[in-house]
Amino acid sequence: MRNETKREPLIHITRRGMLPWYRAWAIRGGAIALALLVCALITTLVTHQDPLAVFASIFEASFSTQRRTWILFQNIAMLLSVSLAVIPAFRMRFWNLGAEGQMLVGGLATAACMICLRDIFPNWLVIVCMVITSIAAGAVWGVIPALFKAKWDTNETLFTLMMNYVAIQLVSFFIIVWEVPKGAGKIGIINQSTEIGWLPTIGGQKYLLNIIIVAVLTVIMYIYLRYAKHGYEISVVGESERTARYVGIQVDKVIIRTMLFSGALCGLTGLLLVGGTDHTLTTTITGGRGFTAVMVAWLAKFNPIWMIGTSFLLVFLERGAGQISTSFGLNQSFSDILTGIILFFIIGCEFFINYRIAFRHPGKNGGKAHV
Amino acid sequence: MKKLIALIICLTLCLGTVAALAAEPAAKVKIGFIFLHDENSTYDLNFINGAKEACAKFGIEPILKTNIDESEACYEAAADLADSGCNIVFADSFGHEDYLIQAAKEYPNVQFCHATGTKAHTEGLSNYHNAFASIYQGRYLGGISAGMKLNQLIADGKITAEQAKLGYIGAYTYAEVISGYTSFFLGARSVCPTATMEVTFTGSWYDPALEQEGAVKLIGNNCVVISEHADSMGAPSECEKAGIPFVFYNGSAESACPTTYIVASRINWEPYFEFIINAVANGEEIPADWTGTIATESVLLTDVNEKAAAPGTAEAIEAAKAKLESGEVKVFDTATFTVNGETLTSYMADVNTDPAYEKDTEAISDGYFHESEYRSAPYFDLQIDGITLLDTKF
Repeated sequence: MRNETKREPLIHITRRGMLPWYRAWAIRGGAIALALLVCALITTLVTHQDPLAVFASIFEASFSTQRRTWILFQNIAMLLSVSLAVIPAFRMRFWNLGAEGQMLVGGLATAACMICLRDIFPNWLVIVCMVITSIAAGAVWGVIPALFKAKWDTNETLFTLMMNYVAIQLVSFFIIVWEVPKGAGKIGIINQSTEIGWLPTIGGQKYLLNIIIVAVLTVIMYIYLRYAKHGYEISVVGESERTARYVGIQVDKVIIRTMLFSGALCGLTGLLLVGGTDHTLTTTITGGRGFTAVMVAWLAKFNPIWMIGTSFLLVFLERGAGQISTSFGLNQSFSDILTGIILFFIIGCEFFINYRIAFRHPGKNGGKAHV
Repeated sequence: MKKLIALIICLTLCLGTVAALAAEPAAKVKIGFIFLHDENSTYDLNFINGAKEACAKFGIEPILKTNIDESEACYEAAADLADSGCNIVFADSFGHEDYLIQAAKEYPNVQFCHATGTKAHTEGLSNYHNAFASIYQGRYLGGISAGMKLNQLIADGKITAEQAKLGYIGAYTYAEVISGYTSFFLGARSVCPTATMEVTFTGSWYDPALEQEGAVKLIGNNCVVISEHADSMGAPSECEKAGIPFVFYNGSAESACPTTYIVASRINWEPYFEFIINAVANGEEIPADWTGTIATESVLLTDVNEKAAAPGTAEAIEAAKAKLESGEVKVFDTATFTVNGETLTSYMADVNTDPAYEKDTEAISDGYFHESEYRSAPYFDLQIDGITLLDTKF
């Protein structure tokens, strides 16, 4: 290689070592402040609304009444539940984009029990069947791509994604089978008068059961990934399959086992949605949570405890977005823009945490550098 | 000059006070609306406009919630509106019904009103109500404009009388849709006796891509005039591209499709909104079912687009409208249609909603099918001769 003198580039990007936690969080805090500033600017320029009032209504959406706070926590619980379901696979670098479908089949199994068994079994037995079938359905939906991956090394990203559409079509089919009234294309609330197959409420709060279940799941998942042998195996497979093989881990077995677990948890989320709160089945009942979960997991670096924070952030912004469009008569798309800006800054700031940016120093080497 | 100004100011103040006093009862009304989509859906836009107009008349500020799914989200929105002090909550989508009933049970002092629903008359709740309009009358009039267009195409030698085929894009094989396309067809056949029709279904109330595909399919099958019962601009824009005249629903498409759009029928929800606001303001009861008609101006036709319509269309519509209003003409007159080659004298309709689809009410008497009389939402679900369903999977 010839040793030549080149002009030093204006900006230098170098990888940093570990930042002390307080500096990392200072950067994150700064990013959020900056994001809010940009949001405020855009709000004022485009809509001529008072940005502070807009921010206030974002908070109102979640905290102004007791009901809104309950709904906030219910939505956090549901998003967190799916996110918990996907992280074991993600830590293994198995990109499960099929949470949506795994949830849907779980919901489908739940609805099937509620409709087909309501005249045959007593309520408690219907619920037992719902729990077993929904978890099993989710597990099966999750393990199919895992089996193909393990046996034939198929691409799991595409496979799991495609399984979503199969699930959606299955659900559409059964909606037409169970529709009321005829031709309506919707099931409506299942067993609205008898409440057969409705999960019990705790202390008169219909969302509390879901929230408690997900809180327990979070702790279990944290322990499972951090302290259990399985969790360790998942991490090793994720780091390097070869290392895993070398130390005697059966990689195929770990992939299949983890996806069974992952799918089962998604199926459980479907159960909580259909049996716990919505009591109906639609193709949109998952609300895209299977995909939002990917963001929740990435933002939290696959840490179950941090995911409480990231799912809070996303749900909080989403609730706020709806409120803005109601309070100010703005189209929902505008609030989506605000959410987009905030997420852009939050994701973008990770770059500044991982990399150092240095500008060319005019005095040094007369602006030249040896390369 | 100063005196004049002073006089004007005084008068304005007086009038203002009078207006404020007149509006007094309505001032205690707070009304919240739940919409499935936002103003990008022609269906929801029609409701949003009606809500704003009605509230402006009373000088009250409505709360509008858009993009509310037909799920627990609808119950949450309804309960949230009740929490924020609304004494009327209105929801616009068929799938909202069960969730509104759930909220109605929880808030007995709030009136819950729902468009297109079917359960109010059997649910036995004093604060839950259904509403609809006899839009089949509007579609019948739209059908007349389509029939006139067919006649014009025949007269111009562009098609033969046997080729007078209409096309229709429906959402589901649901009574509301069946009632709609049948009345459209009967209107067309009342002026063009050789008319036939093909119907395709999308399986969605709002899906621009599928509606457009439906239009492509019908045009490919040589349908020469098209209409629809779905909520986007998908089909009209395809018809405009292909130069196929069409009759629209929910509102005018004249600006987007200037050469092919003939006329549109729509439900005007303002009279109903005024009715419920007045009822709550005066402490009067709202009936379980309310059906608006042409006479209450709940069913409207837009102005005829002369560029696309056959000559004399506007006059023909006016004449038929007068006959509908007077009751001289019935849309579902059993003498005008047959089912499997036979004229009907009796038909049990599924008026009370149940999972078994039980046929519970005799709907034919006095020589016509009594649509929207035993409940507001349509229940005409007969497959009459002359109409071919291309797909019935939805």
